[in-house]
Amino acid sequence: MAMQNGSSQTPWVRHRRHSNEDVQEASKANETHLLVNDQNKYRSMLVRAYSSVWMIGGFALIIYMGHLYITAMIVVIQIFMARELFNLLRRAHVDRCLPGFRMLNWHFFFTAMLFVYGRILGQRLVNTVTSDKVLYQLVSKLIKYQMIACYSLYTAGFVWFILTLKKGMYKYQFGQYAWTHMILIVVFTQSAFTVANIFEGVFWFLLPATLIVINDIAAYFFGFFFGRTPLIKLSPKKTWEGFIGASFTTMISAFVLANIMGRFQWLTCPRKDLSTSWLQCDPGPLFRPEYYTVPKWFPEWFPWKEMAIMPVQWHALCLGLFASIIAPFGGFFASGFKRAFKIKDFGDSIPGHGGITDRMDCQMVMAVFAYIYHQSFVVGQNLMVETILEQILMNLTLDEQQTLYMKLGQILNERMTAQS
Amino acid sequence: MQNSGSQTPRVRHRKRSSEGFQEASKANGSHLLVHDQNKYRSMLIRTYSTVWMIGGFALVIYLGHLYIAAMIVVIQIFMAKELFNLLRRSHEDRQLPGFRMLNWHFFFTAMLFVYGRILSQQLVNTVTTDMVLYKLVSKLVKYHMIACYALYIAGFVWFIVTLKKKMYKYQFSQYAWTHMILIVVFTQSAFTVANIFEGIFWFLLPATLIVINDIAAYIFGFFFGRTPLIKLSPKKTWEGFIGASFTTMISAFLLASIMGRFKWLTCPRKDLSTGWLQCDPDPFFRPEYYTLPRWFSQLFPWKEVAIMPVQWHALCLGLFASIIAPFGGFFASGFKRAFKIKDFGDSIPGHGGITDRMDCQMVMAVFAYIYHQSFVVAMNLSVETILGQILMNLTLEEQQSLFMKLGQMINETMTVQS
Repeated sequence: MAMQNGSSQTPWVRHRRHSNEDVQEASKANETHLLVNDQNKYRSMLVRAYSSVWMIGGFALIIYMGHLYITAMIVVIQIFMARELFNLLRRAHVDRCLPGFRMLNWHFFFTAMLFVYGRILGQRLVNTVTSDKVLYQLVSKLIKYQMIACYSLYTAGFVWFILTLKKGMYKYQFGQYAWTHMILIVVFTQSAFTVANIFEGVFWFLLPATLIVINDIAAYFFGFFFGRTPLIKLSPKKTWEGFIGASFTTMISAFVLANIMGRFQWLTCPRKDLSTSWLQCDPGPLFRPEYYTVPKWFPEWFPWKEMAIMPVQWHALCLGLFASIIAPFGGFFASGFKRAFKIKDFGDSIPGHGGITDRMDCQMVMAVFAYIYHQSFVVGQNLMVETILEQILMNLTLDEQQTLYMKLGQILNERMTAQS
Repeated sequence: MQNSGSQTPRVRHRKRSSEGFQEASKANGSHLLVHDQNKYRSMLIRTYSTVWMIGGFALVIYLGHLYIAAMIVVIQIFMAKELFNLLRRSHEDRQLPGFRMLNWHFFFTAMLFVYGRILSQQLVNTVTTDMVLYKLVSKLVKYHMIACYALYIAGFVWFIVTLKKKMYKYQFSQYAWTHMILIVVFTQSAFTVANIFEGIFWFLLPATLIVINDIAAYIFGFFFGRTPLIKLSPKKTWEGFIGASFTTMISAFLLASIMGRFKWLTCPRKDLSTGWLQCDPDPFFRPEYYTLPRWFSQLFPWKEVAIMPVQWHALCLGLFASIIAPFGGFFASGFKRAFKIKDFGDSIPGHGGITDRMDCQMVMAVFAYIYHQSFVVAMNLSVETILGQILMNLTLEEQQSLFMKLGQMINETMTVQS
């Protein structure tokens, strides 16, 4: 993550280097450019490889350091992405007539941050400060009135916006207001879901993110070597060969990686507070390998007679399927958007790749799916139970919770004895 | 009395209040009689449609929660249609067949998502008698989120696949516009419906306060209006604003007492039936008796006054309705100026489109819900009430699941503490 210049005011025009099939096709068509293009192709691949290695290295370090640091990384990425996108459709000369208007964007950003992370990390924050009585009271009160506090902040921003409407600039200001809302929704939905997944277990963040990276890299290489048939008019450098090759690679990697990642408690245990210490837990039935004897029709050379498959690997196959088929549409959306508004890249923070939004476009779609999948199929969330639990946690003190627990236990016991 | 929203909004006279005419007539004596006739004629049209709207509204309140929710849904559909039509450009749309379908696809997805979440418990409670239906509904509720997400992704993919060269900018703008409309329309209607099932009182009082604020501002402005309030809406005046604020707060205090006596309005509805409601009155609606100070009771015949706690909450709602909710109207005015349209539609004679009527209501509905959740519900929660909720609303398996999760959470908190 150390390769960033500050994002510039306007995105620079740069060569799209997503893959080099069109250079390859151009060279086949136009022999005279062959040597020059070849040199460029390998040079650009080197630049991309260099920044990819740095990104992956930095990422691995943060995973090692833990949940809180990963969340911090997500927040930093989010701030840079929001800044890139806020700058994108701003028109500098119009902005000079509206002092303090950019402040409004960051006001809404701060409100959204408070709302989203307050809800997700609220309970964990309470758990972190339970040792100190005064802090506990303060934090509990904050959590309880979090919704109305965020609403007040939003209303303040809304009123501020209306009071600063300037004659002759209405259309620009309303356009910017709508644009701010869309950016914040896109950026915060996916980062909120990502952080929620992280605290359920780093596995549920690491696996989807890795699958997207693998899908990207595999599509690049399959396209580099075999790319021939264009995939979609929006992204002329994507090919069907790259797409299909990457799909197979992604699904196989999903199956294998789930097994590897599932062995580390650091990755599979949920984190209930905001500490950074070591984690111990019972990983749950998903991560316990089940043994299957290999059926007789498998070829003789297959070395294993029985396989240990964790149930989570089947879930990983679903994640891999989504990552290869649907997640690329996030990339197509970003490409279409850039064509629509005639920009080459969202920013220029990462050499060889463009801006941060260019890297995160598929990740965003995947993060939302991973969270919804996790809530629906892994956790099996029951809305009523969760709502009541949330009410209990927000409004009752620990003693009241224990009283409730005891009384509920008694009633359930009576019911069980009455039934039997 | 409604035409369907036209394709393009028609230019019409802004008839929100007639101070403009009054001031013009004072300045320009020769137009006095003409303006007077127009002022009273426009007020007659407005009063006629206002009476119809209030009458229809009262009827729906009488019919009950489900019908009110249905009315909200119908209003929502018309509002969305008005707003979808607003920034559409018909010549571009002709080249993109099926693109309007996409708007309604997202509308349907949003509807399923929002009402599925809010009414899931009520729906489950309605079908408990029939085993087959109960299993089906429980399954639907369980996989509700992923079903809505799948529908949204289908729309997203469909949008990308139908992107047409040279129309990218138009299509992306329409996509963003669709999202903004759906968010604005559905947030407020979701919160409104959620409030309705907590007790019609929490929907009726805020809505009535907005209507009273509007009417009072109009009348105060009509008679006393002199100092303009804000450049965005040149016909609003400070006299109207302040007069309406006082009127709204006094009405809030009184109306809360009147409305709080009817069980039909104060009881929450736990299922989707339409029958009569019985419930234990909330502590908010039990009048508390305050003895009046001696100097007061010497002048007035009452020795003590009965005030329900809910009346204090009503004062807060009244304060918001008079100070902040009008900004919804200013936002709509600014929006119309920015995009050079006179009204959002023309469904309601004298008032404009449905969005013109609902602009302040939307801001109020969101506040009423958040206020209710933060201050009314939260105050009521104690071990007893939550235990009651658990026993009433959850099945045995859900109760056991909650019991286990609660135990886990308490354990974790204890381990972290020690």
